[in-house]
Amino acid sequence: MVQTKRRSVIKLAGSAAAVASTGMAGILASGRTPAYAQQKTVHWLRWVDFVPASDTLLRKELIPQAEKELGMKINLETVNGNDLQPRATAAIQSGSGPDLIQAFNNNTYIYANSVVDLSDLVEDLAKREGGLYKYCRSLCSDGKMFMAMPWAVIGAMVAYRKSWFDEAGATKFPETWQEYHDIGKKLKAKGRPIGQTLGHTFGDAPTFTYPFLWSWGGKEVEADGKTVAINSKETLESVKFMTGFWKDACDEGGLAWDDTNNNRAFLSGTISATLNGASIYIETLRKPDQYQTEKGKPMKEDIMHSPLPKGPGGQFGMHLMQSDMLMKYSKNQDAAKEFLRWIHAEKNYGKWFESQKGYSTPPTAKWESSPVWNADPVLAPFKVAARLGQAPGYAGPPNGKAAEALTKYIVTDMYAKAVQGMAPEESVKWAEGELKKIYSA
Amino acid sequence: MTVTAVPGVAERQRPAPRLRKLEDERWLALALLMPTAILLGLFIAYPFVEGVLLALSDARVGYAGHFVGLANFAKLWDDNIFWTSVWNTFWYTGVTTVFKLGLGLWLAMLLNRHFRGKALVRAFILLPFIIPTVLSTFAWKWMFDPTFSVINWTLYQLGFITQRINWLGDPGLAMSSIIVVNIWRGVPFFAISLLAGLQTISPELNEAAAIDGARPWARFWLITWPLLLPVTMVVMLFSVIQTFADFQLVYVMTGGGPANATHLFATYAYQIGIGTGLLSQGAAVSLAMFPFLFLIVVVQLLYIRRVEVR
Repeated sequence: MVQTKRRSVIKLAGSAAAVASTGMAGILASGRTPAYAQQKTVHWLRWVDFVPASDTLLRKELIPQAEKELGMKINLETVNGNDLQPRATAAIQSGSGPDLIQAFNNNTYIYANSVVDLSDLVEDLAKREGGLYKYCRSLCSDGKMFMAMPWAVIGAMVAYRKSWFDEAGATKFPETWQEYHDIGKKLKAKGRPIGQTLGHTFGDAPTFTYPFLWSWGGKEVEADGKTVAINSKETLESVKFMTGFWKDACDEGGLAWDDTNNNRAFLSGTISATLNGASIYIETLRKPDQYQTEKGKPMKEDIMHSPLPKGPGGQFGMHLMQSDMLMKYSKNQDAAKEFLRWIHAEKNYGKWFESQKGYSTPPTAKWESSPVWNADPVLAPFKVAARLGQAPGYAGPPNGKAAEALTKYIVTDMYAKAVQGMAPEESVKWAEGELKKIYSA
Repeated sequence: MTVTAVPGVAERQRPAPRLRKLEDERWLALALLMPTAILLGLFIAYPFVEGVLLALSDARVGYAGHFVGLANFAKLWDDNIFWTSVWNTFWYTGVTTVFKLGLGLWLAMLLNRHFRGKALVRAFILLPFIIPTVLSTFAWKWMFDPTFSVINWTLYQLGFITQRINWLGDPGLAMSSIIVVNIWRGVPFFAISLLAGLQTISPELNEAAAIDGARPWARFWLITWPLLLPVTMVVMLFSVIQTFADFQLVYVMTGGGPANATHLFATYAYQIGIGTGLLSQGAAVSLAMFPFLFLIVVVQLLYIRRVEVR
């Protein structure tokens, strides 16, 4: 019988490991930790999508696929849109947190010092996809760098109940604010007010109050971006109009609404119209049996979309822009860039865009020809949202000061204060004082 | 080996020179205080000093900032939202404390009696205090919802109102709603603490007074209340500090809205500092709370001392 010696066993195991180059000895010999321990992780923080199907698509399909193809771990975290800014501040100050953080509108300027320039990625995308919209460019780039990678624009249109407007005598959506007021007054008398928020909430509040201000000819600052110009005859007119509009035509609970309240109110049939993304309509498509009109018909057949009415100063829209910031403190910058490139590739981004069903508009022109826009005429008005939007801070640039004014809800509060009983002159003066504090600093 | 072990044992009998120092009471006291001092320094003093430095700078998110002296406080002086939150904080603290004390005392007196299921009732009383604030506040938020408020629904069904009451959209009502929720949450703390105080009062005192012909009201004012006062003051002190610096309740219910009408110090500091990213101004707002709170606490502590001496 051949005796097996201890030493020979070790030798044998060692050579086997060396051949397979996986075993402990192989690892020790190479002096490097194995590849699986080095796997990169990208932490991506986003809002909770108002189209739940898209979050499901990301979690169930796109992210697992990206993980497989890129060989990295992707950790998607979704939070209420109103919590994104606090999270970003906390992460930057502590120097750790998500690698990619979603930004809204021109908030990108607030964090300019704490993010990585993404010009190469964005310009590459713009070249591939027929050019980046001016609106998206101005919100994500200060001309020197791209603070964030444009993701999508959530078009804001008035969703309204066609049959109720018909009954009130409006066969088409009102063209001017005065007409909207008059119809709204009739509707409110029937217990079907217009629903609008004047609360501190990221989307529906500023996308209503900013275009409203502009359409009366009002503006925060002059084009020089320094001279505060809010205290004007035009602004005052707009504030006076708003107080009457609010009392006569609106659901007065709107002062305390966030971005979700008007969706719920519309779906439960307590309001006749509200400025919103397409999420209300998409929800009625998803659950036609649950959301019905008082006549027992699916509500989806009674919803139409329209841009906000015109004022003496013109017709405007501001649409919630979403972008992804790559944070400077991130230790996984290369991986995060790699992931951004992957998710913005046409075949991957296209899947996500389709799942949105028209709720959001991509930042590049190419997607205007997508069949998504022909699938449903009710959603067609959203197609050009990103082409038509005007950025906050008008007539100045949408820079950090404009972003500060936006996140302090100064324009929104100016209207909210007047609606609550402050004299319109006083509320305009208050807004002027607040804006001067920002623009003079 | 045994040879070397002997001097080892002998040495161990006398304390090492370093330990000998601890025989001196001053060094021992210092050593025993050290852990607490380090903890306090690390978690109270250091953040406080950092906060002060931040408030004196122009730091924003992502920018370290420079020293600017009292510029942030000068800005606050002209800031009417700040003054609204100062007023709100005092109003909120004052009203809720009075109600919490009144209701808590009443509840404590009731719970101090003998009845069936006493233990169970006492446990249930604590519920509002036990449930995480954010959770219970969300429930209240739904009850006050502008569109779906169950309170409005009930009042409407009972025929008391024809139009919805705008609980959280009207500045005055929003403040009242928040106050109601705070009282609801705070009463159990008062009740249970005061109940503990009541149980330390010997029943014989009351019995003796009753035999002497004192009516219940007189017995309360002349016996129960004075004996309960030290406990009451301590409970009040805790409650005032907590309420003055309250954050979560207002943040969840109104976020400081409508149009900044319900901000307290803490929520306004959060909105400016963390929301907008103006860290230095946010720090200034929350530091502005300090002198007010300090004054309140000093007055209360002095009062407690007087009560105890008496």
